[in-house]
Amino acid sequence: MNFVVCLKQVPDTSEVRIDPVTNTLMREGVPSIINPYDAHGLEEAIRLKEKMGGKVTIVSMGPPQAKEALKKAMTYGADRAILLSDRAFGGSDSLATAYILSMALQKIHETEPIDLVFAGKEAIDGDTAQTGPGIAQRLGFPQLTYAIKVRELTDTTVTVERKTESGRQIVQAQLPALLTVEKELNDLRYASLPNMMKAAAYEPEVWDAKTLPFDVKQMGLKGSPTSVSRIFAPPGRSGGEIFDATKDPASIAATVVQKLFQSNIIMVNPLAKGGKR
Amino acid sequence: MTVAVDKTKCIGCGACVVECPVEALDLIDGLAVVDPSKCEDHGKCVLVCPTNALAIPNQSPKAKEELDPKAGSEFNINDPQPDAIKDYAQDNDKKTIRAQVTPVAGGDVWSGVWVIIEYTNGKVAPVSWELLGEGRKLADAIGCGLSGVITGHQIDSVIPEAFAYGAEKVYVIDNPILKDYRTEPYAEAITSLVQKYQPEIVLMGATSMGRDVFPAIATKLQTGLTADCTVLGIDPETKLLQQTRPAFGGNIMATILCRTRRPQMATVRPRVMAMPERVDGREGELIQEEFTLSESDFRTKVLEFINTDAKSAFLDKAEIIVAVGLGLAAKRNMAIAEELADVLGATLAGSRGAVEAGWLNHDQQVGQSGVTVRPKVYIAIGISGAIQHLVGMETSDFIIAINNDPEAAIHKVANYGIVGDLFQIVPALTAEFKKRLQHGVAN
Repeated sequence: MNFVVCLKQVPDTSEVRIDPVTNTLMREGVPSIINPYDAHGLEEAIRLKEKMGGKVTIVSMGPPQAKEALKKAMTYGADRAILLSDRAFGGSDSLATAYILSMALQKIHETEPIDLVFAGKEAIDGDTAQTGPGIAQRLGFPQLTYAIKVRELTDTTVTVERKTESGRQIVQAQLPALLTVEKELNDLRYASLPNMMKAAAYEPEVWDAKTLPFDVKQMGLKGSPTSVSRIFAPPGRSGGEIFDATKDPASIAATVVQKLFQSNIIMVNPLAKGGKR
Repeated sequence: MTVAVDKTKCIGCGACVVECPVEALDLIDGLAVVDPSKCEDHGKCVLVCPTNALAIPNQSPKAKEELDPKAGSEFNINDPQPDAIKDYAQDNDKKTIRAQVTPVAGGDVWSGVWVIIEYTNGKVAPVSWELLGEGRKLADAIGCGLSGVITGHQIDSVIPEAFAYGAEKVYVIDNPILKDYRTEPYAEAITSLVQKYQPEIVLMGATSMGRDVFPAIATKLQTGLTADCTVLGIDPETKLLQQTRPAFGGNIMATILCRTRRPQMATVRPRVMAMPERVDGREGELIQEEFTLSESDFRTKVLEFINTDAKSAFLDKAEIIVAVGLGLAAKRNMAIAEELADVLGATLAGSRGAVEAGWLNHDQQVGQSGVTVRPKVYIAIGISGAIQHLVGMETSDFIIAINNDPEAAIHKVANYGIVGDLFQIVPALTAEFKKRLQHGVAN
């Protein structure tokens, strides 16, 4: 079976801060990581390869330094890594990004027919959750998003549990298919020493805008229908009343609760036991 | 002279690269870079830059202010344009927007606001009605109609509700193939309606269904899509949809435009827009279309649906939430939060830290990578208030924070900030609530 994992190198957004003086993004010193959801997609692909045999190919789009994320991904046991990197790809929105990645997957598919594609449910720096479905549509593969469990994989079908607001949907799709995955899908492994050594010597392939017959009108800034018109700090919420409960917590608690009832923020439910008003 | 880039401010959005008339700008490693041999100091990039990262060095700060009245604060593309670039704006912006819109499917009508109504397992997702309320405002600002779209099977009961919540027209595709939600048939059904009737704006809730089907539809239509919007607006001049969403983990807000392709598509977070008034008995036009595909056209099938009735599944609909953070120190201390939640009939939730510590499940996480909540009362216990958490709860009606650090960010968004030892304060609050609620005495 041939598995492809779409993976993105992202800034660790939990480390990104806004400069309180200039109101701009402070990006210096923010570490780059493998998008956490993608890591779970990679883990699942490697587990399935170990069980069923086959090959795991990682595909990423990004600046040259994204090679580091690919080398890291190789330490978990992937077989091949391809980085799509070209200035002409820069500034692509999710429609254009999905186009570029789908071209690469199409190329792989011609020589090594793909059975299953994995992508994270979203990237933590954009949270759009659009690139995975966009790739599936362009390749004509069924998409199964928000996967929390791969129940069964056969030569022709995959059965997946999907997470929705009201419950779990069990769906079966014909192969080839594309899954976007949640963290609940699996627990990540640690890199093995032999894989770490193999990865240290491995150099990811780099494909640029000339490697494949790209349509320049569909990529980069000019191939992106959406554009940012304005950026601003999130609206602040003005603070309210502060109660110092360091000395007498019990009486402060009584005061707070009394105020909450007086202003009808918390109300006595007439249906509650003993309720009488 | 050459335009200078302040690398600390540049966010690599690429707006300048698109605007530059001589292609002197490029994005390299996520930052704008100017080719001095091409730059002719038009200054269009300076004006379009959302973060004021670009400047023409020989201009005094005063000259820059004259050029752009908003310089120094944030630049808004929709503010009145100064004379220097007015011609350009008329030349490019408006013409592009109003006349050079590339229709994605023949014709050039593209009028009206559509809301896709999410109907699964016999229930309408409430965000659908919230969006009809918001869609009304957008349609009025443009001067166009508002329609609802229902795809599914046996959906007749939903139609009068859509009219009651403000739809003037309702488009329907009712077919057994659409009984359970699946990406392929739903994307085909909605795409066929969009292609036939050409709405200029199409909205849906940012639910697991909206976030699954909309990217598929936008790809089919080759148009732009903005996910997870929290604010929508209409530019009074261009009538473009202003789609505002949190970006970079909620650290900044970005307003996105889809200038040249139609429809403009967006998903909107549930419980951000207000629920509109329901007027029963209101009528409108019903348009029914056939679904022309058959089961053999699709490669997915739903085998089973398992309802999960966990309280946390409805976190985004909870009226009162008791949320815990790492200040609670250990899992065994969850008991004091649970007791408070029991007394108030509240739902338990937590910060990412509390979830990663294993005190709560992933689906109980509030914040950017979790659920956005908007309860009547949000009680934050031992939560410091990282920005990722705040974006998920700061639209709560009333916030009570308990944290021993008077400088904690959570106190800055709280209506009541209680500073002190949570291990003393929370049990004291629980006791006080218990006293009043069990005796039914309000004062």
